Amino acid sequence: MNIYKNDVKQTPLFGVHIEYKGKMVPFAGYSLPVQYTGVIAEHKAVRTAAGMFDVSHMGEIMFSGVDALPNLQKIFTNDFSGIPDGKIRYSLMCNDDGGVIDDVLVYKYSPEKYLVVVNASNREKDFAWIKSRLSGDAVAEDISDGIAQIALQGPNSRDILLKLTQKGMIPEKYYTFRDEVEVGGVKCMVSQTGYTGELGYELYADAPMAVALWRALYDAGREYGLVPAGLGARDTLRLEAGMPLYGHEMDETVTPFEADLGFGVNMSKGDFIGKAALERRGDPNRIRVGLRVTGRGIARENETVYMGGEEIGRTTSGTLCPYIDYPAAMASLDAERSAAGTKVEIDIRGRLVTAEVVPLPFYSRKK
Amino acid sequence: MNTPHDLLYSKTHEWVRETGEGEAYIGITDYAQHELGDLVFVNLPEPGEEATAGERIADVESVKAVSDVICPLSGTVKEANSSAADSPENINSDPYGTWLVLLERITGREELLSAGDYAIFCEKEG
Repeated sequence: MNIYKNDVKQTPLFGVHIEYKGKMVPFAGYSLPVQYTGVIAEHKAVRTAAGMFDVSHMGEIMFSGVDALPNLQKIFTNDFSGIPDGKIRYSLMCNDDGGVIDDVLVYKYSPEKYLVVVNASNREKDFAWIKSRLSGDAVAEDISDGIAQIALQGPNSRDILLKLTQKGMIPEKYYTFRDEVEVGGVKCMVSQTGYTGELGYELYADAPMAVALWRALYDAGREYGLVPAGLGARDTLRLEAGMPLYGHEMDETVTPFEADLGFGVNMSKGDFIGKAALERRGDPNRIRVGLRVTGRGIARENETVYMGGEEIGRTTSGTLCPYIDYPAAMASLDAERSAAGTKVEIDIRGRLVTAEVVPLPFYSRKK
Repeated sequence: MNTPHDLLYSKTHEWVRETGEGEAYIGITDYAQHELGDLVFVNLPEPGEEATAGERIADVESVKAVSDVICPLSGTVKEANSSAADSPENINSDPYGTWLVLLERITGREELLSAGDYAIFCEKEG
């Protein structure tokens, strides 16, 4: 019996998720596991050992051509000039009003070849936008359907990779990558990146090799406490690590500065789409902050935040963070009332619950 | 899925254990705890609150979501189980041993299912 709607796609690892008893849910057009054994156990495994996630739903757009760099410089907010091959940079892609179309990672293969990794839910929108703004001798190609991606995250992730590949082939610095790495016999591109706040890697392979790669990682990782982890833990881990999620902390009505993502914008490089609007808009009136819930309750997204009876903003994400073991939220607050230590109340389904602005991230790993 | 035969069940996945003295314990079923996943927070009523059959009496939260607990009976809250609030994970590990609310002065009820009918109902829910 096929209980999935026809418009819900499967990743190359769908069969593996069923085999591992994943609880499947539709997400960004794909059927993906929200959990296998439980969100809390999976979350803690990533913090203390290792977890593996199917993130094949992510989109990949390849930029190539002699004018690839000037196009990236125009379409994205960060500066990609002068970065070495094998380096990765976080960036936003803004509209003409300075609103965020998406947040992306840009991988530099060579001066004429870059891979841009985009959010699954924005893939078609991003590709259409990029094509409409592309100029000169440059090609953008959506290669997402041919690529599987597995995120291996956690303090033991490096030891697991070492069992499957040569030491010199593992990217040893954060936000760097190595191409043509054999991992358990599967040719991959491996980056030291992730969405959990832990040491971790993301492995990109041809879609038909996804199952072999998954099994190689799982078999190698079991002695290191590796568990498969689902979308639920992915969300609680990124929130605990203070990382924004498109559609929650930002969207096309929010600027990078309002989302406190100024590190992904270089205002001193040449012109780029949205720059004039960002200059015109100046310092943000609202800003993303972290909230630690001090009263009894769990804040969720889109709840009103008050200070002294006055509405000062809304939550954008919230949950009980399993490792730090307290309820935490991110919120967009009036910038003048966003300093750490500010005492606020959150309307949690009709009850006012106390909370305090705290610096992000809620959790950072010991290095 | 575990559905003890000495309990009655609602279609919204609560169980009822009647004491025979006009009182009843209410909790959520094994099916419910499994669907919700790891529970991390429980919001319970105060003793003396009036409960109405078919309306919210408590809520339970997993890391992902909040769910209402619908009271299958009308009556008065005699006691709320503070140990369930202190350790919501006990609802996952022992859903039928971890009651949420004890009702007294029961005046009405929703249609309740036997264990066998409830098990069939859950099968259909998929």
